[in-house]
Amino acid sequence: MANYEVVIGLEVHLQLKTKTKVFCGCSAAFGAPPNTHTCPVCLGFPGSLPVLNREALKLGAKVAMALNCRVAEEIRFDRKNYFYPDLPKDYQISQYGQPLSQRGYLLILTEGKEKRIGITRVHLEEDTGKLLHGTGQSLIDFNRAGTPLLEIVSEPDISSPEEAYFYLTALKSILEYIDVSDCNMEEGSLRCDANISVRKKGTKELGVKTEIKNMNSFKAVRAALEHEAARQIETLESGGKITQETRLFDSARGVTEPMRSKEEAHDYRYFPEPDLAPFDFEKDVLRDIKREMPELPEPRRKRFMSEYKLSDYDAAVLVSDKALADYFEKCSSLYKKYKIIANWIMGDISAYMKEHGLTIDRLNLKSEYLTGMLDMIDKGIISGKIAKTLLIDIVRTGKDPLSLVKEKGLEQITDTAQIDQAVADVIKENKRIADDFMGGKQNAVMALVGKVMAKTKGKANPQKVIEMLKESLKGGL
Amino acid sequence: MELNKLTAHGLKHLLDKGDISNIDICNDVLEAIEKKDKALNAIVHFDKEKAIEKSKASKGLPIFIKDNICVKDELTTCSSKILSGFRPPYNATVIEKLLKKDFVLMGKTNMDEFAFGSSTESSCYGPTKNPWDLERIPGGSSGGSAACVAADEAIFALGSDTGGSIRQPAALCGVVGLKPTYGRVSRYGLIAFASSLDQIGTLTKDVEDAALLLKTISGHDAMDSTSVPVSTPDYSLKIKDSIKGLRIGVPQEYFGQGLDSDVKDSVLKAIDKIGQLGAKCEKVSLPHTEYAVAVYYIVATAEASSNLARFDGVQYGLRAKDVKSIEEMYKKTRALGFGDEAKRRIILGTFALSSGYYDAYYLRALRVRTLIKKDFDEAFAKFDAILTPTSPTPAFKIGEKTQDPLTMYLSDIFTISANLAGIPGVSIPCGFTKENLPVGLQILGKPFDEETILKVAYNYEQATEWHKKRPDL
Ligand SMILES: [Zn+2]
Repeated sequence: MANYEVVIGLEVHLQLKTKTKVFCGCSAAFGAPPNTHTCPVCLGFPGSLPVLNREALKLGAKVAMALNCRVAEEIRFDRKNYFYPDLPKDYQISQYGQPLSQRGYLLILTEGKEKRIGITRVHLEEDTGKLLHGTGQSLIDFNRAGTPLLEIVSEPDISSPEEAYFYLTALKSILEYIDVSDCNMEEGSLRCDANISVRKKGTKELGVKTEIKNMNSFKAVRAALEHEAARQIETLESGGKITQETRLFDSARGVTEPMRSKEEAHDYRYFPEPDLAPFDFEKDVLRDIKREMPELPEPRRKRFMSEYKLSDYDAAVLVSDKALADYFEKCSSLYKKYKIIANWIMGDISAYMKEHGLTIDRLNLKSEYLTGMLDMIDKGIISGKIAKTLLIDIVRTGKDPLSLVKEKGLEQITDTAQIDQAVADVIKENKRIADDFMGGKQNAVMALVGKVMAKTKGKANPQKVIEMLKESLKGGL
Repeated sequence: MELNKLTAHGLKHLLDKGDISNIDICNDVLEAIEKKDKALNAIVHFDKEKAIEKSKASKGLPIFIKDNICVKDELTTCSSKILSGFRPPYNATVIEKLLKKDFVLMGKTNMDEFAFGSSTESSCYGPTKNPWDLERIPGGSSGGSAACVAADEAIFALGSDTGGSIRQPAALCGVVGLKPTYGRVSRYGLIAFASSLDQIGTLTKDVEDAALLLKTISGHDAMDSTSVPVSTPDYSLKIKDSIKGLRIGVPQEYFGQGLDSDVKDSVLKAIDKIGQLGAKCEKVSLPHTEYAVAVYYIVATAEASSNLARFDGVQYGLRAKDVKSIEEMYKKTRALGFGDEAKRRIILGTFALSSGYYDAYYLRALRVRTLIKKDFDEAFAKFDAILTPTSPTPAFKIGEKTQDPLTMYLSDIFTISANLAGIPGVSIPCGFTKENLPVGLQILGKPFDEETILKVAYNYEQATEWHKKRPDL
């Protein structure tokens, strides 16, 4: 295993978030009753003709630019010919000879280092319909037929299943930043196929590759590639040969298997689409796209490190989710201890969101409420421990932290007399532990602190309690 | 009065004066159809009652439409079994334009299956006969449209022209056939044969009607990306200007071997006549003419092979019964639905696009196509129009060429180049052979300059009587 290296290239199909389909005026929305978003054009009726939706082209160019690709000056389309019932015209309008853009790259972080993964091409095409197989009959839903699809093909620069996972995460993050797609693998708005081969370390020639399909999550991609790499190495080690073929991933069993239908060598007979005349991509449109390009995750991560002095890890976690990073920045304008904001977002807040299946946009937590609460901790009005429950109260009620603290009487006890009494009581009630402490067991004091906190319902300042306990026990019982 | 024998502009005049109603016209047209179409077989989808109903509901002129142009809810089959029963859910753009101007859509005319042919013999409804000689073909593929206009079963008709499919049958039937510039008329709703060559055009009894109908169907269409946003001139006025001083080229390549001597005589006389009318006719060379047929049969069949893929039995038209798999359904449906010529062209086109052959055939054909276009660009730098015969021969006998596709393909030798170059062309009657078969003169023009070729055509027509001759049926 150790003396092999893995070579992976990924092909991602992305549904672009346009209002209408790519060559007709039908709605591109997901989830409508079957065959309600159709017209003669997307049904491929005789005599109908395609007209390019410029919005789809713009979104495609946006992706290309975000992936550092060169956008073609002239836009051309080609026909990809093959018969399939979900393909209304029995050809797909795609881009072949001259794609929308070529030669870009994507940066991933692997083993703490940056790595460039080349992007071969990004091109625009139309999606197919969907086959629904029932008993004894098959039905077709053409709602999806003609929705805009962007194909993003990577160079075989990916050297491990883990890197493939990083590539997809980084890609998804960029796509979310530029807001071009829902990127939902389960709903099919992002699909991924992988090409993988292995070779002995030091060899230059590529091994025979297989194509892996049917992976419905990033984790499934990683698992499928892990299995496939192992299978290929095992086959070669036992003197076997790799067959160039398409294999399907069975996620339940975690294995790849050859596609059962007989693999036909497809000749797609690409040729220029005569119904769409080539045209020059308007320079001002391209300029506008460039100007409106938001800050992308990689530069933002670097800025978070320098501007907010966040660690590499914290910055990476925050920027990987645009909404989370935006939320962090909103808070940072109100509260200047950035590391503390980051800790809360990545700690309690993320945990709560995960538990309840929420995203930051859906979470009922105004940035000024979070920073207001952090202020109260700093001022000693509440303890950090109280803050943890207060946070959940804010989220549940939507009320501001100050009113909640007042309403529930959560203010920290600053009156030393009240704490004095609690300390004295605890020492009296827990003589054995107190003895241990005085006998040299320093840790024992923490058990006493806990008891005092319980007596004061968590409202005492724990630092203060420790001081007072030590003070009381110094002179002996 | 036999109103069916009049031109559209003549009838308009009578309608405007209130001398006749459009019901009168409809009745005369119906009578002519009943009398003659059993013999001609020019019209394939026609419902008399419906036609009368439609006439009553409108004030406009009746028109016939080639069977490859979509009319909402009416049979549109490209004269192919594979589209049997197909009624499109929408109107072609040209149909919308006609309806807006109150035209009455009478019915559909016969054609070669999917416009694959030059004789209207490959129709699944059987061949259309030439009204000048019922043993002969009317030309094709718009043979039905040309024949019904020539036989006065119609006032005028729409056709489509991919390699001469309007001009050649117009020549062979003795009517006026106009193929506009590629991009002048929207192709939306024209069932595609070869998308980069197809263009809808007109078949009329005279040039003025061609001008009138062209004006009606022209204009930029947002539904067709290849339609060009240029304004539509008022042709009917401009064509009446004199042609004095016009520079006209006569390409020597069009007068060589294979040209029927009667056709040649008529065309040369017509050129002389046009010279007498004040135009300056000179020789010109279009050196790549000899490659046109070869280029055409690669480009056109390649596009056709892809355009016709959708006839797979899944959504509409014919579907083979008793099949066990999707592959079997495709194969049986297409084997059953397409005729021999359609199959031949699909196979040719598929081959030309196949990997390993693409560069040698399709790509090379595209390059030569550019050279042919350049020939015309250079010629039109010196000349305002080009005159040629429309067809190398007059109408041939039914069955004469069906067993020899290559000979059949040569019927389009003089018309194909205009489609490859995207330029407009019109064929007008210019004489008869010894056997009393009509001969056509082709006038080619600069892109979007239909005005000039119609002007030449009109001036010639006014100075001659050929267009007034009608077949005895
Ligand atoms: Zn649609």
